[in-house]
Amino acid sequence: MKQTKQKKWYDYLWIWSILYFSLGFFNIMFAWLGMIDFIVPLLFAIIGGNKNFCNKYCGRGQLFTLLGSNLKGSRNAATPKWMSSKWFRYGFLVFFLTMFGTMIFQTYLVGSGASSLKEVVTLFWTFKVPWGWAYSATGIPEWIVQFAFGFYSMMLTSTLIGLIVMVLYKPRTWCAFCPMGTMTQGVCQLKAAGEKTK
Amino acid sequence: MASKKYAEVDKNRCVACGVCVKECPMQAVSVWKGCYASVAKDICIGCGKCAKSCPAGSISVVDRVEA
Repeated sequence: MKQTKQKKWYDYLWIWSILYFSLGFFNIMFAWLGMIDFIVPLLFAIIGGNKNFCNKYCGRGQLFTLLGSNLKGSRNAATPKWMSSKWFRYGFLVFFLTMFGTMIFQTYLVGSGASSLKEVVTLFWTFKVPWGWAYSATGIPEWIVQFAFGFYSMMLTSTLIGLIVMVLYKPRTWCAFCPMGTMTQGVCQLKAAGEKTK
Repeated sequence: MASKKYAEVDKNRCVACGVCVKECPMQAVSVWKGCYASVAKDICIGCGKCAKSCPAGSISVVDRVEA
């Protein structure tokens, strides 16, 4: 029998996930750090042709495992088939990217002066939660602040969706339709196209 | 002696998240080039841990048919 796997440094990246939201709670500018979770998975996929981010370094996935599996916060029921189907996964990716684009446009509007900075965190793309305590004018260009609010909203919304499906289904049901996961798998499939399958 | 059962991955449904790789007590699962999980049939003991944790329901434990 092989021994239980030794914990590696990256098995503790779930701490990063909690730290991210905590930092953003007090100062919204920390939301920019979330770009790491946006760019690194793509670099792994584009350069390495792998999903090492999902497989090893995803703090959010680890947090869901910790809460759902170790702390038994998940019903552990089967994920509905449609939720991991290709049309839903790619549909959700398109929806997510559209919302991301809208957020970028909002950032542009604030930058151009056509719109004013809104110190709110928008949950589920609908509910505006006042978040003014996390920002006080510091002379930073307002579009940079607007992006931080937008990005934090997106990160918090997706984590909340992930937590809901974690409770209802498997701990890492979120991974089945995570837009980053779908995108990186797509890149890997394009890169591996034509190669001998295992 | 090989186990009676082993895990089989539906490559079309697999999202390559790697949960199964972490769950496997035998280190028999790996993710092939970020595309899908692949089970080393000769190492797999058919315990079903991977199938239970799979968020996409793409793993099933099936009978080993001896050739």
